[in-house]
Amino acid sequence: MAINWFPLWLSLRVALLSTAVALACGLWLAYLLANRSFRGKEVLDAAITLPLVLPPTVLGYYLLVLIGRSSWIGRAWEEVFGSPLVFTWKAAVIAALLHSLPLLVKSARAALESVDHSYERAARNLGASEWRLFWRVTLPLAQRSILAATALAFARSLGDFGVTLMVAGAIPGSTQTISVAIFNAVEGGNMTLAGTLAVVISAVALAILTLAKRLEPR
Amino acid sequence: MIRARLRKTFPARPDSAAFALDVEFEAAAGVTVLFGPSGSGKTLTLDLIAGFVRADEGRILLEDQILYDGTSGVNLVPQDRNCGYVFQNYALFPHMTLRENLAFGAERRPRLERHRLVNEMLEKFRLTDAAGRRPHQVSGGQRQRCSIARALIGGPKLLLLDEPAQGLDALLRAELYETLRQVRKEFSTPVLLVTHDLDECFELGDEMLILRDGQIVQRGTPSSVLDQPVNLEVAQQLGRFNLLAAEIKSLDPGRNLSRILVGQFELEGPYFPGHFKGDRVTLCVRPEQLTAASRETRPGLNQIHAALERVVETPQWMRLEFAGQIHVNMARAAYEEVRETKDWMIEFPTRELRVVSQSVTTHHRESVAGTE
Repeated sequence: MAINWFPLWLSLRVALLSTAVALACGLWLAYLLANRSFRGKEVLDAAITLPLVLPPTVLGYYLLVLIGRSSWIGRAWEEVFGSPLVFTWKAAVIAALLHSLPLLVKSARAALESVDHSYERAARNLGASEWRLFWRVTLPLAQRSILAATALAFARSLGDFGVTLMVAGAIPGSTQTISVAIFNAVEGGNMTLAGTLAVVISAVALAILTLAKRLEPR
Repeated sequence: MIRARLRKTFPARPDSAAFALDVEFEAAAGVTVLFGPSGSGKTLTLDLIAGFVRADEGRILLEDQILYDGTSGVNLVPQDRNCGYVFQNYALFPHMTLRENLAFGAERRPRLERHRLVNEMLEKFRLTDAAGRRPHQVSGGQRQRCSIARALIGGPKLLLLDEPAQGLDALLRAELYETLRQVRKEFSTPVLLVTHDLDECFELGDEMLILRDGQIVQRGTPSSVLDQPVNLEVAQQLGRFNLLAAEIKSLDPGRNLSRILVGQFELEGPYFPGHFKGDRVTLCVRPEQLTAASRETRPGLNQIHAALERVVETPQWMRLEFAGQIHVNMARAAYEEVRETKDWMIEFPTRELRVVSQSVTTHHRESVAGTE
């Protein structure tokens, strides 16, 4: 039986992109939460955590409202790129982001906060700007924990099912990620395909988690 | 030259009592020591000057620059304060080599000058061989010198040292004192040093400020402070005295003499300005100023008869502990001569005797606090 590997490659691509976006936004958010005090900080923190606890259907519903073809974001996208955003693999990236971002912000914030404050004091005392302090001192010292968190976020975004199904659909060869493909295989009675894909995705996840464990600072 | 008037209060928290710091001092060239027990506000004072903590009120003037002024709202960020800070744990960046650590402190200089400056400091602080290694790969002494060099490389107008000798063994401690003496010689930067070690005050300090519960209770050169503590609490804090309850029987300013009653013994002391006949005071005399001898060989004045309770050998002295909590420190050889004595007399030298007022909160149980 020839196995169509497209869902695996799609899942990896989606996870990679969502992790990259999550890393960029997550670091910035984590920095804000760790270093600044502002009104609504706790609300922001809670809002970032929300996707971890809400059911996928709720998240999917919100996303459809937010980026669907009748929303202004959806229409603006269609205006610029000529095709809708929903039910494409890009929507799957956004769906995966809902899982990778909270994980990343949480761990990155903890990592940044765990850097001994005397290093930051020393850097300021030596005349370093907040920018230089972050890039030259805090980030390098927190880097291992952040890399471990990134690996974890990547593994998590590989496995999204519900939200992806709702906003990206299950179009074979286009938006069918590996978890959706497994679901379809089981529905269609193709247990061999489902089993193979399940083992493969488990192996990939296991490898990434092992890597994350190794990255964690001892 | 720094002038500071600082006020900072912390309300009581579930895990800590309320605390109020209220100090005013100036420090010129040389080393000024902030001496006090933990929790007296020493490190907080440094943090307020460095700008890590914002004062509630007051003013900090470093040379002609205002670092902080509560009234006008001036509050420079730590980056602009020009104060080198040597942290208790050194806070050398662990992911950088010693050279990179120094360069980090000189980043505001042009590249060529920075390079020259870093090399110069490496050489001055004998770090050239270790320059390419990271802090955890070098010796404790090298880490220590590197942190001092890093604090000085930006050319600060003031150097702040937070208990630099804390937790060091005797060898490293001696090395640190040597380095700091070198700093004092080669850099004209005034130094503010926090410690709770009296020996360190004498090793390094030109001036000392004694802090207690957020207030400066006494200031002066270390030897003047040791010669005349301002009150019983300071005497207890310095921890080097026999503190004996006494009463002034007479005062004679003309002959610079006084008579004081200690227990049932009457002693002769110098005139005590500011005290009156009948005052209940605490006699304050250091164990090494006393001599103990046999009653037969040393008949005479100014002696107290006491029973020897035990003899403790210390690296410096033989410490004779007598009843009534009187300690006498004698050189080993001097003790050998009198060791067979049964009937002891302790001699109090007239000119060395000092008294301090008994404050309201007298702790009689601590009347001899940790003598050497």
